[in-house]
Amino acid sequence: MFAYIVRRLALMLVTLFGISIVIFFLLRVLPGNIVDILFDAAGFVDPADKANLERDLGIDQPLVVQYLRWIGGLLHGDLGYSYVSEKPALEEILPRIPITARLAGLALLFSASIGIPLGVISAVYQGSRIDYILRVVSLSGLSLPSFWLGLLILMAGVALFGNIPIFNPNPKTLGEMFSTYCLPSLAVAFRSSALTMRITRSSMLEVLRQDYIRTARAKGASEASVNFHHALQNAILPVITVVGIEAAFLIGGLIVTETVFNVPGVARFLVEAIRWRDYPIVQNLVMFIAVVVVIANFTVDMLYAVFDPRIRYTD
Amino acid sequence: MATVNYDIELERAGAKAPHGWRRLAFYARRYILGTVGLAILAVLVLTALFADLIARYDPLSIDSAHALAHPSVQHWMGTDSFGRDVLSRIIHGARISLAVGIGSTALGSMIGVIIGLTSGYLAGWVDLVFQRVTDILQSLPLLVLALVMTAALGASLPNVIIAIAIPLIPIVARVIRANTLALREQPFVEAAKSIGMSETRIALRHVLPNTLAPLIVLATAQLGSTILTEASLSFLGLGIPEPYPSWGRMLSESAAEYVRTAPWLVIFPGIAISASVFGTNLFGDALRDILDPRQRS
Repeated sequence: MFAYIVRRLALMLVTLFGISIVIFFLLRVLPGNIVDILFDAAGFVDPADKANLERDLGIDQPLVVQYLRWIGGLLHGDLGYSYVSEKPALEEILPRIPITARLAGLALLFSASIGIPLGVISAVYQGSRIDYILRVVSLSGLSLPSFWLGLLILMAGVALFGNIPIFNPNPKTLGEMFSTYCLPSLAVAFRSSALTMRITRSSMLEVLRQDYIRTARAKGASEASVNFHHALQNAILPVITVVGIEAAFLIGGLIVTETVFNVPGVARFLVEAIRWRDYPIVQNLVMFIAVVVVIANFTVDMLYAVFDPRIRYTD
Repeated sequence: MATVNYDIELERAGAKAPHGWRRLAFYARRYILGTVGLAILAVLVLTALFADLIARYDPLSIDSAHALAHPSVQHWMGTDSFGRDVLSRIIHGARISLAVGIGSTALGSMIGVIIGLTSGYLAGWVDLVFQRVTDILQSLPLLVLALVMTAALGASLPNVIIAIAIPLIPIVARVIRANTLALREQPFVEAAKSIGMSETRIALRHVLPNTLAPLIVLATAQLGSTILTEASLSFLGLGIPEPYPSWGRMLSESAAEYVRTAPWLVIFPGIAISASVFGTNLFGDALRDILDPRQRS
């Protein structure tokens, strides 16, 4: 077990190192940096000024040197400076993380608490009308773009209350809390609850066919006990994987949803930084997302061993 | 992996329809949702092909006298802030959605197949390197990778196709590699080796055709998500550039503001995206049930 964990951690480092190289050089494939953009907008400017600015930002150095500087800084907790605000990148990124984390946590909660029960119902009543309806609904969940769902929610807000629910950094009443955090996370959770439901359903169907389920019925266990105690407990593993990986991949849905609801979180910040070619922000944010994904994957694997005593990582 | 014998499967299911149209009719009856999906896809393809004939207005022509017109007999879905007919833009937008959907799915699958096949077939250090590369690509959410790619390449139709294709590569490569590994141990591969067939020929003639069914299933499943990703990229203003009528782009034009003043600008493009993706998903699910019985739900 210990050897396995060490090996996994080493592989995680290799992956993160790979991502840092891919992101860094990908962002610099195209000619044209922030200095070009600023100076193009300003019209004719002294080339010496331009060279000065490039030297100040450190982008006159060879790419390899720039890369090593970035990685060296990262290891010391120095993420460089934002081109746009000229503040330390860390100061720009850190305060935005809790907002996005709250949204992601809520979305995950909604997704599991809606998706798992519906998946169980759909599997238990396989082939019935309710199963049919739930399957179509879940497929529609995978088909609606979350930004459109967000816009529809805004539209409902206009129709019901006459105004758009705006983001409030310090929600006081319950209503404000609801519109600030619950509405955007519901828009994101719709899709992932559909995914959770589908996985729960197919995993449950697999388990319900097993011999021990028949045994449980034969010894007189109630339907509820069979479905939830015997079946769901064994069917939950693949669901954990999906929910765990979704936790990290929710960021995709959050990017568009934060844009729709005007939430000043980390996901929307990534889009803004990309638009501005604010590379120090973009590369650090992408690294941050990659770290979250890699840790989520690792946690899911470890949870497997905790939840299923049959799984013991040797090797 | 034994290939599925459809004739036997069909007979078991009680179909007395050995050939042609009657067999198709049987499938259509059995997979009603899949048929609905196929119908939606057909509408989408026909709209894209005959956009010039169907659309009553030029999707790009600006008519500021009729800006933000409500839906009416002249403009069934109203007009946008430039006075462009929304319905005509949606009709032409089908081309972009399909081009990106099919283009990036095909490109991503093609590269994924090549990588998966060589990786699974050659094994050794080639496999090891490819495995690490897929690990790296899969550590970023699809939309994040596509965003960075479009930012790096610049916004244009071919670049959006490439940007969305790249996150697909590891997904396809994984499945094909696993399949290839299993197939390599099959007796028919051994037999081909024993009669002196070259490795390349075995890979192309014997292994590849047997991975086609899972590939088709996977590619159809990805088609919907590529259409969604294009819509998201364009919505964020980093996908298909103006003035081309991408559905996602139509929603981005200060959509939150129009929620109050011009809801038709928000509702109709969203329906177009959702319906297309819903159709591909319905069809993809049915196709998986037919081609890959082991995953049958």
